[in-house]
Formats: sequence, C-alpha cells, structure tokens
Amino acid sequence: MSGLARAFRRIPWAYVARRLLVAIPTLLVIITIAFFLMRLAPGSPFSVEGRTSDKAIAALEAQYGLDRPMHEQYFSYLSGVLQGDFGPSLKTKDKTVSEMIGEGLPISMTLGFSAMLLAMILGSAIGIFAGLRQNTAGDYASMGFAMIGISIPTFVTGPILALIVGIWLGWLPSAGLTERVTAMGVERVMTIEAMILPVITLALPYIAIISRLMRASMIETLRSNHIRTARAKGLSERTVILRHALPQAMLPLVSFIGPATAGVVTGSLVIERVFTLPGIGSYFVQGALDRDFTLVMGVVILFATLIILLNLLADIIYAMLDPKVRYE
Amino acid sequence: MTSTALDLNKNTAALSEAIAGRSLWEDARARLFRNKAAVGSMIVLGILVLIAIIGPILWPYDLTDISTRRQAPPSLEPFHPLGTDLQGRDLALRTMWGLRVSLMVGLIATLVSLVIGVTWGAIAGFAGGRTDQIMMRIVDVIYALPFIFFVILLVVAFGRNIFLIFLAIGAVEWLTMARIVRGQTLALKGKEFIEAARASGVSQANIIRRHILPNVIGPVAVYVTLTIPTVILLESFLGFIGLGVNEPLASLGTLIGIGKDNMRDHPHELLAPAIVMIVTLLCLNFIGDGLRDALDPKDR
Repeated sequence: MSGLARAFRRIPWAYVARRLLVAIPTLLVIITIAFFLMRLAPGSPFSVEGRTSDKAIAALEAQYGLDRPMHEQYFSYLSGVLQGDFGPSLKTKDKTVSEMIGEGLPISMTLGFSAMLLAMILGSAIGIFAGLRQNTAGDYASMGFAMIGISIPTFVTGPILALIVGIWLGWLPSAGLTERVTAMGVERVMTIEAMILPVITLALPYIAIISRLMRASMIETLRSNHIRTARAKGLSERTVILRHALPQAMLPLVSFIGPATAGVVTGSLVIERVFTLPGIGSYFVQGALDRDFTLVMGVVILFATLIILLNLLADIIYAMLDPKVRYE
Repeated sequence: MTSTALDLNKNTAALSEAIAGRSLWEDARARLFRNKAAVGSMIVLGILVLIAIIGPILWPYDLTDISTRRQAPPSLEPFHPLGTDLQGRDLALRTMWGLRVSLMVGLIATLVSLVIGVTWGAIAGFAGGRTDQIMMRIVDVIYALPFIFFVILLVVAFGRNIFLIFLAIGAVEWLTMARIVRGQTLALKGKEFIEAARASGVSQANIIRRHILPNVIGPVAVYVTLTIPTVILLESFLGFIGLGVNEPLASLGTLIGIGKDNMRDHPHELLAPAIVMIVTLLCLNFIGDGLRDALDPKDR
C-alpha cells in the first residue's frame, strides 16, 4: 500500500499540467489543418454523381452555411466545437456527428481495447518465454513469428484470415456484425463470434512488436547487477524472475502504450473496412471520400484527443513505476 | 637502435595497412553476406525487382487490354496465369504493375523523407542551442499529430496523383530520420576531429558535408532500409481503403482491396497480390535487419 502511495507521489503534476497546456495548441493546429484541407478539397458533399443539379447543390450549401467566407465558417465551426457541438452530418440526413460517433464508438472501442489487451498479454508472454530461453528453438520460432507479424500488414492478414477461417473453413463469420431478428426487424449486434477475427487481426502486429520488446528487455534485465545480487543471495530462480526481473523488464512495455494506441486507432481504419464493421474508422474513410467534412472533423478531433491523452497516461504510469525517470 | 626504430615504423605501417584493409564498410559487408536470411532475401528481392521492371514490357497484354473472360481462374490457354479481374484485365500484369508502383513509391518517398530528414536533423544538431530547440520542437509537434489522417486528407484534397502521394508520404516519414541524424550529429560534434577541422578553418557547411554526414551514413542506411517497407505499407494502406493511385495503375494495396471484395467467389484475386506483398515485405525486413546487425554489431 505504501508502495502505491509512494508511486502516486511520484506523479509529476507540474509536468502533467504543462503537457495538458501544450495539448490545447496541438489540438488547435490539428483542427485547423484538417478543416482547411477538407474545405479546400474539390467536390461537394451534396453532389451525387450526375443526379444533383448545380442549383440544388448551391441551395444545400447555403442551407448549411458552406457558402459563407471560409474564415467565418472556420470560426463558427470552432465556437461550435468549444460548446461540444460538432454539427450535423452533411451526408447522412437527420443525424448529428455526435450521434453518429455515439453509434460507431462502442464498436471501435471494443475492437481497440480487446486487441490491445490481447496483444499485451500474449505479446509479453511470448517475449518472456523467448527471453528466458535465448537462442533455443523456441526462441527462434517465437522471433520468426514476430518477424512475420511485424512485416505483414493487417490489410493482408485480415482478408486472408477471413478467407481461410471465415469462408473456407466456415468457423467464424468473415464479415459484418451478427444479424438478429427481433420484433423491431433485423438488428445488427456485436457478438463475440463476429469480433474474434477482427480483434486477432488488429492484435497480430502488436503481439509481434511487444514480444520483441519484452524479449530484448528480459535479456537485458537478466544481465543487470541487481539480478546477479538476487541470485547471489541464493533466491530461487522463480523468485528471481517473478519478483526481481519481471517488474523491471515490463517498463519498456509501458512506454509502448502511447505509440501502440495511435497504431491501433489507425489500424481500426483498415480492420473496419476488411470486416465491414460500422465503427468510426470506417466513418472517417467514407466521410473523407464523401467530403462529409463535419463527420471527418469530428472523428479527427476525437482520435487526436484520444492519442494525446493516452500518450500522457503512459508517461504518468512510467513515472510512477520508474523512480529514475525525472521530468523537468 | 635505428633498426628497432625502423622495425617499429614498419610495424605501424603494416598495422595501419591492416586497419585500412578492414574498414567499417568492408566489415559490415562481410557480416551482411554471412547472414543467410539477408542474402536469400536480396536474391528474391532482386528477382522481384527484375520482374517488376521487365515483366510488363515482355507481357503479351497492355494494362488497358480487356478480355471477354471476366474473373476467370488462372489458366494457360488462353494465357492468363493468374486469371483475370472484374473488367477482364490480366491479373498477372496488374500484379506486376502493382509491384512496380509499390516499389517505386517505396524508393521515391523514402528518398524525399531522406533528403528532408537528413537536412533538418544535421542543421538542428550542428547549430545547437535555440535553433536546435525550435527545430526539434516542431518535429515533436508534428510527431504528435495523427499523421495517417493527414495523409488521407492530403490525398483527398490534392487528388490521387501518384507524385503527390510520393510527396505526401515522404513529408510525414522524415521525422524519425531527422531525430536520428540530429542525435548522431550532436554526438559527433563534440569529437576531437571536428574540433580539429574547425581549428584549421574549415567552413561550417564543409564540416557538415565532409565530416558529419559521412559518419552519420551508417544509422541512416539502416533506417532507410526500414523506411522503404513502411512507406510501401502506407501507400498500400491508402490503396486498400480506395485512395491509391489512379486507374488503370494500381499498387499492390489497391489490388488487395479489390481482391478482398471478390474473395468469396474468386480467391485468386486476393491471393496473388497478397502473396507478392508478403514476400516483398519479408525480404525488405530481413535485409534491413541484416544491415542493422552488420553495421551495429553491438546490437546483436
């Protein structure tokens, strides 16, 4: 308990405050760049190939205020965002961006967190195993697997897994949510079967990276002085590894949480397209193609905030765990 | 007395010859060629590059040629060794072109990132002080951006021109390069031979060009080989979500995306580009790993 209290006291509050302050201009830059890129992109959210007349497009644009000078649009969008209003979706009628994100977020979150959890557990298990048995067949096999996991992108592993496990073997659904007939009609729900393949696909590269990290860190830790001391004291190999080596070897894993989250967020763009899941990643891609700029902006702001906060969280945990780390 | 002095001279001469005979690069090459995975990968990659360059020239069809046999499975008579796609285009030719586009993107975008990153990092590291701080803070800020979104938005905003895709990818991939080069430059700057160069009146630009850059090449070379697959992946990712190069050109990612949509009834459309992609990426990664082990034996 006192250990936890001591760890808690190590949180560098001044540093956290400064990082949060820096996050504000960072977000502002992101919003600004994304806004102008989206608004400068040719094409209009209201043009459906060859069906909508120029006049109809102009009328719709006026209705949404897209005909006003660009800087006016920018400031009115910004003040809306500050009040928590991300505006209406331009392509999906009668839905606000917040509503759409509310629908898609649970799917993306479930996908991301399950994949992260799986990667952490499986990745560190493989890494520890390989690190303890350095240069044995088991080590080579694990690292060979890791090499494949790192080299092959999810948009290749995903379709191939869906083809083999989903279509040829028919063990799991190859795409989409599970359809369930209810009194209200057909409802699409997230089920475990439907999420197994997407989660495994998304986790694969991170299992690979984490197992490499853990292996290297384990090997380095086992050579350090305090492990030699622990062994010299006559502790059992089990105690040496579980009590003394593991906690230190886990440290690099914590610092990987930040980049990994960013990667998982990006990965969801691919996974949701491979397995046709209606998460926010797929909204972003579709929104960008449709020029639905309020939707795109909403997703960008959400993802950027998420990445910034999780990076900060990873740094805080690191500072709590490692007394050697000092933030000015 | 004189004879021993002469002997000593001879010895040092022999010694310096022996040292010159095994330079860092020769050592590295020897180590690289001892690495079976890396050598095998270089051979396979070489064959792939040849196929990508010569294949489309020798092939009996053009990219715009359309067969009446649509989504045909692989057959030799008529000659479609990998079958045809939805429009009746020869899939083998499409895949070879895809490989060509992917490799080209990999090379050119990496080159763009190399030029920006090395220049930025070398200047920041060498200038030091405030300039360094401002320059690296800019890198930090860009680093924190969810850059994949910006690549997507850039492609949406400026169209799917292949050269713009090179530029957009190169423009986001230079950050790590800049950090590596800056770190190396900072470390080198304090070394005696730089001080000696400065003392003998060599200009700053020449110090960077003649003394700093050659010493930075090792880590940069390793990072370049690792950047190429990253860049290929990034471009293929864009292709996969439907934002790749314009038709009739296609990168491997575009082909995998199309193949995925048709995989239920025509799995060969997915498998052909997917296997080429896997082999290419594995080769590049093994070569990169081999090079890293060769140039930085401490890391083994």
